Amino acid sequence: MSLLDIVLFLPLIGFLAILILPKESSRMTALILSLGIFVLSLGLLSPYMGDASPTGWQFVSNVSWITSPAIRYHVGLDGLTLWLVLLSTMLTPIAVLISWNYIDHRVKEYFAFLLLLEFGVLGVFVALDMFLFYVFWELSLVPMYFLIGIWGHDRRIYAAVKFFLFTMAGSVLMLAAMIYLYNAAGTFDYVAIQNMVQTGALKFDGQVGMLLFLAFFIAFAIKVPLFPLHTWLPDAHVEAPTAGSVMLASVMLKMGTYGLVRFCLTLFPNAAREAAPVIGGLAIVGIIYGALCALVQPNMKKLVAYSSVSHLGFVVLGVFSFTQQGLDGAVYQMLNHGVSTGALFILVGYLYERRHSLEISAYGGVATPAPNLAIVFLITTFASIGLPVLNNFVGEYLVLQGAAKANFSWVVFAALGVILGACYMLWLYQRTFYGRASESLAHHMPDLTTREWAAIAPLLILMFWMGCYAQTFLPAISAQNTAILNQMNQNRVEQAATPALPAGAEVRNAR
Amino acid sequence: MLANFIPSAAEYARFMPELILIVVGTLIMFLEAFLEGERKPILSILAGLGLVAGIFAALTAPQGMAFQGMLAVDGFATFFRVLVMAAGLLVLLSSSEYLQREGHDTGEFYALVLFSIVGQCIMASANELIMIFIGLEISSIASYILAGYLRDDARNNESALKYFLLGSFATAFLLYGVAWIYGATGSTNLATIHNALLSGANSSTPLISVAAGLIFVGLAFKISAAPFQGWAPDVYQGAPAPVSGFLTVGPKAAAFAVLIRIFVDAFSSISDRWLPVVWGCALATMLVGNLAALLQSNIKRMLAYSSIAHAGYVLVAVCANSGTGSAAAMFYLAGYAFTNIGAFAVVSHFARKGEKYVAIEDFAGLSQRQPGMAAMLTIFLLSLIGVPLTAGFFGKFYIFKAALDSHLVWLTVLGLLNSAIAAYYYLRILVVMYMKEPGESTETLTAPGPMLTLAIYGSAVMTLVLGILPGWVLDYAVKAAQ
Repeated sequence: MSLLDIVLFLPLIGFLAILILPKESSRMTALILSLGIFVLSLGLLSPYMGDASPTGWQFVSNVSWITSPAIRYHVGLDGLTLWLVLLSTMLTPIAVLISWNYIDHRVKEYFAFLLLLEFGVLGVFVALDMFLFYVFWELSLVPMYFLIGIWGHDRRIYAAVKFFLFTMAGSVLMLAAMIYLYNAAGTFDYVAIQNMVQTGALKFDGQVGMLLFLAFFIAFAIKVPLFPLHTWLPDAHVEAPTAGSVMLASVMLKMGTYGLVRFCLTLFPNAAREAAPVIGGLAIVGIIYGALCALVQPNMKKLVAYSSVSHLGFVVLGVFSFTQQGLDGAVYQMLNHGVSTGALFILVGYLYERRHSLEISAYGGVATPAPNLAIVFLITTFASIGLPVLNNFVGEYLVLQGAAKANFSWVVFAALGVILGACYMLWLYQRTFYGRASESLAHHMPDLTTREWAAIAPLLILMFWMGCYAQTFLPAISAQNTAILNQMNQNRVEQAATPALPAGAEVRNAR
Repeated sequence: MLANFIPSAAEYARFMPELILIVVGTLIMFLEAFLEGERKPILSILAGLGLVAGIFAALTAPQGMAFQGMLAVDGFATFFRVLVMAAGLLVLLSSSEYLQREGHDTGEFYALVLFSIVGQCIMASANELIMIFIGLEISSIASYILAGYLRDDARNNESALKYFLLGSFATAFLLYGVAWIYGATGSTNLATIHNALLSGANSSTPLISVAAGLIFVGLAFKISAAPFQGWAPDVYQGAPAPVSGFLTVGPKAAAFAVLIRIFVDAFSSISDRWLPVVWGCALATMLVGNLAALLQSNIKRMLAYSSIAHAGYVLVAVCANSGTGSAAAMFYLAGYAFTNIGAFAVVSHFARKGEKYVAIEDFAGLSQRQPGMAAMLTIFLLSLIGVPLTAGFFGKFYIFKAALDSHLVWLTVLGLLNSAIAAYYYLRILVVMYMKEPGESTETLTAPGPMLTLAIYGSAVMTLVLGILPGWVLDYAVKAAQ
């Protein structure tokens, strides 16, 4: 039993513990447990502390779960998932903290579901058996469905059902593709299948490869969400309670982008290359469309939601540039988006708790009664629009650099998204925080409390840390991405060897 | 010569489960006349003990043929016999409180459940078309009466009459098909029929196709496959809720056992002729069940349509026409049995006296009144949707795996999309239960009795166990389906 197993299963135990314990203790139990899980999860960093980041799987557990068909409990950690796991374990106690007073009815179920959600998303990131991956993928749906549906705003039921059905519709096709892979490879084990693909023992060519790729891709693209499959996201975000939005944006959307990198790239490299021009185009449409939508939203949560569509477009663009920088930037951007958009949702939640409105027009001049809140919001805004020194700058720069290598015209359009991002965020800030505070607002706008500081401070620190010293995070990611790109290219070299063309010619043909 | 017709002790042992149930059932009918009113609960306990003994007898029965090859007691038969008896046990547990509430707690109910199960056990182990017919009749006639058990209730009467008329019509089709197959092959024994078809002497004549078609129609009625599903919603909606739970599970499982034995085994050499029909039937059944369920406002009727859709999934497994397919069907039916009986048990509890509250809206806020029961219904519904870690998910996964093994790519994709459609109407119940405020009517809701609680929690545990550790049932099913 490795540390990873403990970190993975503690949330499940926490879920049961909260259900059993009396409801007065739910908040405290959830906080202590989630903090404990976070502290434990820091131990996962140990293999990555040295100078050279290992690229293989760490903390592997591999035991049989079901004998026939062969399904194994196979989990492990690599440089790609390490930070995603830490992001999830860090955000759960923050989610508990920001829900402390916000949730006043059915407290017990709420905190139980938060921990069940943590169990689900952690499982998605560490599962190395595709069946296990699917189990966690679906399992994470259930708590989020209830979080939105029970504790959300007015149109919560519509949003919750839409969220569930969109994800479900995408994932059933992924299940079909997984079964197809199993029948071809005789195993659900990702590592084994990936090896077979790499050595050429398993080939998915032409139409079959493309269909399998699409089955996976659509499931992930819905989750990301990639234009035009994004329509569930604004609804889910707006209606979810604050912590639900935070977990949804910061962690659950990353399940999609993670899946793209982990499965689509390494299992179907040829199909991925073939589809890249279209997907890159959709990503760019998403970047600009999301930004334009964000610009016109009267509702701040919806604005942040559409900004997510735009930001996630960058991630997809980076992934499908198939370059080291692009991929590094994409993964880094997943973390950045988790930190800065998570923080934005938390801050919007703070405003909502004070004024019970999400309409931007209900605010104005908040900076006068609540200067600390204003400063924190400003830093987060700057982080979100990619100001240097702050985290998003690093990720966006890397993505654009990578994308420029792949296709320069992509960058021209994608950079538009950065500019538009500055527009909608700064305009939001201006309308909310500047100007004269109305009488009623000034009276109901206390500054940040200690609990609120405690929830937002770690994210602020990370914004600066990730912006100034990316070296803490990037080596592990880079090393893993190099390995993933090698896996992709190895396959291509072997294919290219048949018509005896140099690798460069192949690239030109592929375009 | 005469000695050949006297069954050996081993043959009786193979028939022991049915014998036990018949004896216990008859005893209950007999005691019913003599027992005082307040001692009636003994009868339900007696029936339960009979089923436990039956399960034990089925598990320990030596494998082999009995009565001149009329019964084939193999792993396949054992699986289905244990399944229907376990389902019966849960139905007994969940119905006694219901019957007391409705003022109809009489011994006949338990006797009829036992007789119906006897019929299903015979169907599961029959290796002979006439035996199948006899089993089907025993099972059906008892079921017709059960469907109308509350004889003063108009809906019960409608349900029973409809079930009886259409059911006997379907049985006639089956019997007619048996006659044709006898005409074509000169036998009603499945093994002989299999060999006769394999030798190819008669297999190309249209006679066989007609016979197979008639038998399929008869069985399709019983499993409520489209386009023969019309009776199911009315019957399941009208019957007493615990009986509906039983009817969607026991008779269906037994009919699927027969379908697999006849079509996948005996008719394997003419599979190119029946496979396209079953393919279309499976797809139509899933679509009709799911699309109609989307529109329902009565929860029993919704579950009835859902049961049609689930029959469609099992037909996909039959379509796979392989050992894996049969095993998948067996596992799915087992998982579905616990899930659906559990769901109907919770519904019967929430419906209260006279089944007054069976509209979906009546379930509003029940999670706040009775969180335990609501959580159990949630587990059952998630299993019906096919969310991982429940029996429903693994069953579906295994069915579609078998279908892909047999290269049924389109059926798999369409079936999986169907299960995504289905999520919507199950979610509606979760929505009202968890996300709406409780209405005034929920205050009359009383706590469930111990037997009902046991049945519901037992079903939920089995639903989860089959979803988390499917190995022990699945391995048995795979071995039995060889």
